[in-house]
Amino acid sequence: MSAIAGLALEEAYENDHRPVTVHKPKRKGFLLPIWGWLVILWLSSPIVVMIVFGFNDGTGRATSTKWNGFTFKWYQNLFSISDLTTALGNSITIAIFTTLIAVVLGTLMGVALGRWKFRGAGSVNLLLFANIAAPEVVLGAALLSLFLTLNIPRGYVTILLAHVMFSIAYVVVTVRARMSGLDPSLEEAARDLGAGPLVTFFRVTLPLIAPGVSAGALLAFAMSIDDYIITSFNNGSTQTFPLWVYGAAERTGGSVPPQVNVMGTLIFAFGVIVAVGGAVANRKRA
Amino acid sequence: MSEMTPYADVADSPSTADSPSTADDPSTADDPSTVDHPGTAVPAIRLIGIAKRFVSRRGTVTAVERVDLVINEGEFFSLLGPSGCGKTTTLRMIGGFEEPTEGQILLYGRDVVGVPPNHRDVNMVFQSYALFPHMSVYDNVAFGLKRKSVPTAEIRQRVNEMLDLVQLDGKADRRPRELSGGQQQRVALARALVNRPRALLLDEPLAALDLKLRQAMQIELKRIQREVGITFVFVTHDQNEALTMSDRLIVMNAGKIEQLATPRDMYERPASRFVAGFIGTSNILTGTVKTMDGTTAILETGVNESLVVPEATGLIAGQQLDLTVRPEKIVLSAEPPGPGLCGLRGRVMEVVYLGTSTQYAVKTAEGADLLAFLQNASDSSDVAARGDDVYLTWRPEHSLCLGQTSGAQLDEEAVA
Ligand SMILES: Nc1ncnc2c1ncn2[C@@H]1O[C@H](COP(=O)(O)OP(=O)(O)OP(=O)(O)O)[C@@H](O)[C@H]1O
Ligand SMILES: [Mg+2]
Repeated sequence: MSAIAGLALEEAYENDHRPVTVHKPKRKGFLLPIWGWLVILWLSSPIVVMIVFGFNDGTGRATSTKWNGFTFKWYQNLFSISDLTTALGNSITIAIFTTLIAVVLGTLMGVALGRWKFRGAGSVNLLLFANIAAPEVVLGAALLSLFLTLNIPRGYVTILLAHVMFSIAYVVVTVRARMSGLDPSLEEAARDLGAGPLVTFFRVTLPLIAPGVSAGALLAFAMSIDDYIITSFNNGSTQTFPLWVYGAAERTGGSVPPQVNVMGTLIFAFGVIVAVGGAVANRKRA
Repeated sequence: MSEMTPYADVADSPSTADSPSTADDPSTADDPSTVDHPGTAVPAIRLIGIAKRFVSRRGTVTAVERVDLVINEGEFFSLLGPSGCGKTTTLRMIGGFEEPTEGQILLYGRDVVGVPPNHRDVNMVFQSYALFPHMSVYDNVAFGLKRKSVPTAEIRQRVNEMLDLVQLDGKADRRPRELSGGQQQRVALARALVNRPRALLLDEPLAALDLKLRQAMQIELKRIQREVGITFVFVTHDQNEALTMSDRLIVMNAGKIEQLATPRDMYERPASRFVAGFIGTSNILTGTVKTMDGTTAILETGVNESLVVPEATGLIAGQQLDLTVRPEKIVLSAEPPGPGLCGLRGRVMEVVYLGTSTQYAVKTAEGADLLAFLQNASDSSDVAARGDDVYLTWRPEHSLCLGQTSGAQLDEEAVA
């Protein structure tokens, strides 16, 4: 999912921070390439292991470190562990709802902050920054104490509330960046030509800030489906995919069922497709 | 020739009652809120006591102050003035993008203060063009008609007609960024005009174009305006542009109207020192009225140096006066001027050859710096060289009094 996040950030700043082409001098020799490949190996080994062991035959009680031959059976029996399936389902639906809510609210905030000066704008910007900068433990603990104080039972809804809370700032930041790069006279021109405020927003503003909105949406989705720390403070008895996987490893004393590798592989593949698709779309637009 | 009214504080009586179109307009005499007399020409745009103040934490900025203005139907009207004088703010108030702090804005007699831009029958051409980058040229131009739910067939026909008019047929499917600056300019124009607004507001529409293209577009704009017959309100800080294109124009300074006139009158009869200095190049001479003989004043500009000022009504002896002479009206000669001409002695400080003319900078005995432009009509050599002592000569009617000195205003009130 970090591939998505990276893409989203790049996208968000595309307008304001155009890359400067610098001609780098060539460097000969073999040390640097070797070093480069070592870094790649180091970074990709966990993913490679995960993908490979998704195809490892065996009993299914736990991932074994021994290669027992190639099989598709974990793909066929992907949903045979019902708790895991529920957890994955929770993760996906929470991520979707989080994205929807955060995108709507965050876009409205980003448009307002990017377009106007108003009393309180400075404080909102500061709070958004604090929200992004604050360590997750702090947010998690704060939310937990809030829910306890208000006597709100923890579960699916509190996870959703928490995810919306921490992802909204990212949507605001990406939309705001896009919005402040937008010529205000475009909206004035729409009004001048007879469009009311709503038509102006949907016909002119929204299409023009769409890259920022979609970047914010990708970030929100990625952050939500990824999150462990804040979720673990507020989940009650509800499980999400990361929580379940960590819990399984704890329960079995150090191993996870092979379906986890398969699900991880699928999520990774989804992320890569989105990232590559986004990059291609970006290049086309440019 | 209208007589000179050098003492009228133009900002205090800004609708400049001697402008013929204002004076002839019957509706101006009526209460502006009772609108539309059938059969009489209601002005396209009327501003009554418009003021705009921006209040911010750092204080209040008065962008526009007590502006009264009547713009007639079908007129090419320009707002000219230096940067920050309030031209854009005035235009944006007419378009509905700013609300005036005070005053009324009448569009064809209807007070539109508080009416949002999408409900005003005027359209704007923005300085940045503000073309929608995500739409084709066709969709940009069709945008306004679609908002008014015009039938598709009619939209197609009107858009294509308009693209023909601005010579952009064949470019309908392009995106704005695939067009040159001049072409984008035309799209912006077409997008506004296709709605058949009752007035078109243009905020420095040619400022982003290079000189050649700008001159071509000036002619083009005039042609289009003649063809569609729509009132154009044109903002510019380029005096040549304003003079060549306008039917009438105002010169603004610090939020106020300095003068309203036709281009010729603005140049030939500037009403204030500011206008004289802003439009073209002016020589300004300051002196004291020595004697009055009917409407002719004798102005003393120094020891043994005096000028005859004709048509100088309302002056009294002893008052200070500013006088302006355009450089092209001045003739240089070695001999003293003949009878009935104004003349000053001076020394040539600089001679600059400008192709069609030669510019002479002359310092008078009293220390005033004057410029004279002499046409290079014949191939004879320069009439004077650097260091020569010469006479600066011009006809008395080319001396213009500028109602500027504060003493003069007080005296005028005493006379009235
Ligand atoms: N939104 C605003 N807030 C505060 N001050 C403003 C605002 N808009 C304009 N002003 C001020 O009002 C004055 C007039 O501005 P305006 O844009 O009308 O000038 P202009 O004649 O169009 O100048 P230019 O030729 O530079 O475009 C300026 O001093 C400007 O700083
Ligand atoms: Mg301006």
